[in-house]
Amino acid sequence: MISYALSDEHQELRQTVAAFARDVVRPVIAGYYERGEFPYDVVARMAKLGLFGLPFPAEFGGMDGDLFALGLALEELARVDSSVAITLEAAVALGAMPIYRFGTEAQRRRWLPDLCSGERLAAFGLTEAGGGSDIPGGMRTTARLETAGSAAGAGRPAGAGEWVIDGTKSFITNSGTAITSLVTVLAITGGHPGGPREISAVVVPAGTPGLTVGREYSKVGWCASDTRELAFASCRVPEDHLLGPRGRGYAQFLEILDEGRIAIAALAVGLAQGCVDECLRYTGERAAFGHRLGHYQAIRFKLADMEARTHSARLAWYDAAARLVAGEPVKRQAAMAKLLASNAAMDNARDATQIFGGYGFMNEFPVGRFYRDAKVLEIGEGTSEVQRMIIARELGVPD
Amino acid sequence: MNIVVCVKQVPDTWAERTLRPEDSRLDRASVDGVINELDEYAIEEGLRLAEAHEGEVTILTMGPDKASESIRKALSMGADKAVHVIDDGLAGSDALQTSAVLAQVLGRIGFDLVILGAESTDARMGVMAAMLAERLGVPQVSLASKVEVDGTALRIHRQRDYGYDKVEASLPAVISVVEKINEPRYPSFKGIMAAKKKPVETVTLADTGLDAGQVGLAAAATEVVSFANRPPRQAGTVVKDEGDGGTKAAEFLAGQKFI
Repeated sequence: MISYALSDEHQELRQTVAAFARDVVRPVIAGYYERGEFPYDVVARMAKLGLFGLPFPAEFGGMDGDLFALGLALEELARVDSSVAITLEAAVALGAMPIYRFGTEAQRRRWLPDLCSGERLAAFGLTEAGGGSDIPGGMRTTARLETAGSAAGAGRPAGAGEWVIDGTKSFITNSGTAITSLVTVLAITGGHPGGPREISAVVVPAGTPGLTVGREYSKVGWCASDTRELAFASCRVPEDHLLGPRGRGYAQFLEILDEGRIAIAALAVGLAQGCVDECLRYTGERAAFGHRLGHYQAIRFKLADMEARTHSARLAWYDAAARLVAGEPVKRQAAMAKLLASNAAMDNARDATQIFGGYGFMNEFPVGRFYRDAKVLEIGEGTSEVQRMIIARELGVPD
Repeated sequence: MNIVVCVKQVPDTWAERTLRPEDSRLDRASVDGVINELDEYAIEEGLRLAEAHEGEVTILTMGPDKASESIRKALSMGADKAVHVIDDGLAGSDALQTSAVLAQVLGRIGFDLVILGAESTDARMGVMAAMLAERLGVPQVSLASKVEVDGTALRIHRQRDYGYDKVEASLPAVISVVEKINEPRYPSFKGIMAAKKKPVETVTLADTGLDAGQVGLAAAATEVVSFANRPPRQAGTVVKDEGDGGTKAAEFLAGQKFI
């Protein structure tokens, strides 16, 4: 029997992050959002809280927590603001997790402590302009190994080869901050035209010559997070920067995807809950036609639906996380959690904006930001269509 | 250095707080309990002093079972251990009685420095530091916005309307702190996990050596005679600008001691 009752420690973590979001994030985040500025001071304080090390062991500077701990932190942050939540999610689930999961001991010791402490952020480069859901089909980025044995690398001592990376990556979170440490790039490292292509993961430290970090995108939402295009032109990194076995890059990525989906589901539930919080406050303050808004059934029913959606989506991510922590397969549950939670976030953001009326359309109110931040949850880390594909496949729907 | 931080659990200041009509006592059941806000600053100062002077921080709380939540949070922040004074006979004790209980315990566990928040957000008496110092026969330095310890010398900045006074005393002593003193840390997950294993000693009324007739609501020296809801907020002061609006606004602010 899977149990997802929160332990006292998880409850305390939730309360701590809730207080942090209320006292530290909420007062300042609207300004960063409006200016499209990365909130270094808020991220530094999240780091001090230990959030970036939550699911990693203490020996690498982590907090010895689990996916539940990370999900609770994401939910409570996103209840107030999604930009800082996605910064944490991407840094942990996409940035540091592959290093921890697939890195050699030396790679872990080299890169993880800075990432766990939150002093540096890692990014993950998968998506390309020509391929989102259809990765690896649309992948063009290549990494060519020059070694003593290869023509270009002739004369090099053994083990002193270099990967030479060419291509571009799109929509890469945390890739261009002043504290970005590295980006793990998925690239084609071999294979034959027409046949299956070999895809591998290569770690490229920030500042490597040949890596050009593009300008910050102008985004509809998540405006206080860092998202950029990365261009690689004969970008060289040492041979030992290969992460995991050669040719396993895409398969490794699929392995950590379930965790990422559960994390995004938790974040989406936070946004959905934030909509309920804001509307509860507002319907008690705002009056129309002689009564508070909360007096009217049209409003009450909306809020009831919002609460019910939030609750069911929360149970879905708790269930998926509990199964994952228990070591059970979670592909279907993770996909359902992400689908349900991003739906709840979108629906709640729309309803909350409607309840707020004209004020809901103003960026200075949180619900306006929630509305803008919700949409991408149906797109990032697997679109809702991809989640449905997975659920149908896992269900065994005959085709 | 042996530092004891006195912590009080109070109703969440973010919630609607009321008194109970039957006995005029605070309704603690219907709202979440949290660490009194200024006590968090006291804990933070204790932790910083302990880090700088290789000291140990003990949390001392008197309160019902529920107060153990606040103890756990204080331990999560980094305190080393705690003493929880818990006894049904203590319910309804006023500040004078509470200070008697805490002084007894402090006398037994020993201390170099006792730190308190300058007042609690529920009763707002602001007298506990003075009462403890008097009962313990040690100096009280109050309203500290900065604390320095050098050997047995204690130097503080005492917060005043016009700035601060420099006050010196020698250890052992009792200090009360104001919010300007520091920024309390949030417990980390590691701290939360570690708190589980830290020792919490439970002390009953009998353990304190005090007589049951001295404490509790019936024997309290003070009594809440009546209470009423806060009156509705007064209309604000409107300053009309007739060329001297800036001056008038400044005068108003100065009158309220905002500037």
